[in-house]
Amino acid sequence: MWRRGRRKRRQTLKGHIFSLVRKFGERAACGGEDETMSVNKIFPSCDDAVADIFNGATIMIGGFGSFGGLPINLIVALAKQGAKELTIIANQGGLGFELSKRTKSHGYQDIGILYEKSQVNKFIGSVPALGGMPPTSPIETFHAEGKVEIEVVPQGTLAERIRAGAGGLGGFYTPTGVGTPVELGKEKKVINGREYLLELPLTADFALIKAHKADTLGNLVYRGTARCFNPIMAMAAKITIVEVDQLVQPGALDPEAVVTPHLYVSRIVEVPR
Amino acid sequence: MKMRLDEQTIALRAAKEFEDGMVINLGYGMPALCANFIPEDRTVFFQSENGILGYGSLGSDEEKDYELINASDQPVTPLPGMCFFDSAASFDMIRGGHIDLVILGAYQVSEKGDLANWGRPGRPATGMGGAMDLATGSKKLMVMMLHTTKEGNPRIVRQCSFPLTAKNCVSKIFTDLTVIDVAKQGLVLREVAPGWTVAEVQALTEPKLILAEDLKEIEL
Repeated sequence: MWRRGRRKRRQTLKGHIFSLVRKFGERAACGGEDETMSVNKIFPSCDDAVADIFNGATIMIGGFGSFGGLPINLIVALAKQGAKELTIIANQGGLGFELSKRTKSHGYQDIGILYEKSQVNKFIGSVPALGGMPPTSPIETFHAEGKVEIEVVPQGTLAERIRAGAGGLGGFYTPTGVGTPVELGKEKKVINGREYLLELPLTADFALIKAHKADTLGNLVYRGTARCFNPIMAMAAKITIVEVDQLVQPGALDPEAVVTPHLYVSRIVEVPR
Repeated sequence: MKMRLDEQTIALRAAKEFEDGMVINLGYGMPALCANFIPEDRTVFFQSENGILGYGSLGSDEEKDYELINASDQPVTPLPGMCFFDSAASFDMIRGGHIDLVILGAYQVSEKGDLANWGRPGRPATGMGGAMDLATGSKKLMVMMLHTTKEGNPRIVRQCSFPLTAKNCVSKIFTDLTVIDVAKQGLVLREVAPGWTVAEVQALTEPKLILAEDLKEIEL
């Protein structure tokens, strides 16, 4: 009886997954053909992969600086999709399309376009705006106008808060920020004679990340400094959406070289370069 | 001839501090130039916040690989033995005291070695990036900066008026006019740019400078 009941529940779950798969019937066949796979994580386009991002969602976005490791195509899809009142957690606030036209002939899409489209309520990161004169970053203008709230976090603290969130920790004590404006409002503790600040974990509803290769299960490898915040953000969100240069079959990636194990990855979009 | 050192020359002087085998992190902007001036007889390993250890000199913009950059967003050249890691692992190295030498830019340095290098009054949206972790965790922190503001006011001050990066963290300062050690007894003037007198340099420095016994012209 017990066995049969369990099998029945499993079948129901399987049925549910199939209905989900049918819902995305237009998805690429790549993963779907493999009968051993229980869930198809492959999405045909970035637009499909971000379609259900809701108003008010908290979203981690990987990458470092203006170029390295940004999931550009997912960011553009999110801008097109139009979800509003977002909280964005990312290392940098981005240049935006207008400013990047000055450095690249066709302009460059980064997180900045999300402010330009008034989709962001709050930004949490280590470099919201560049410090040069005159002010150039789009977020600085929106912040001055009271449209975007900003939480400035030292980069190492940001990375560790994400890792704490990913690993189920309640926080950690760091010496970074002691004696600076960062310590305001935080619990201070002396451990072995040194002062530390309590920092709390960060998690998100979605993570948009960039990897070099994924297998169809969602194991990820990265390329060069494009790794940066991507692996830790992949671990800290309920739904992790990854944009990859290349999609391969299970077994094609060296298991010793896999950086992000597949259980962290929910959706994969291949965007060949 | 009286001259102020240009950025490249300050970088050349600062890079003379590199010791064989050191792991070094170069901060945003001017310090990043030091990667091009490693003394010939020494091997050092550059670490950058975005997750790279062991890159070579700065690369050219034409062949820019956006997946091989330093923390200043500049392309760098690959070297055998180079490795990559994620941001959390990178800051384990930085915060955990595994970096031998950090060179950062600065808006202000105080006579006690306090560093202010990320925020300006009236600019709440600018951030510190990795500077606070670097200043907190490095074994040795040096600063590269211009000696005065555009208006001619001192950047080496009694007390920083800009928001702090970390307290008591700077051990050496390289400017376009001087090389200064931050010591227990105060700021020790070690080297002066060609053509400048001690009195002229002191007039552009807020705290009283202590003169090193072997005070000399900046050596390149």
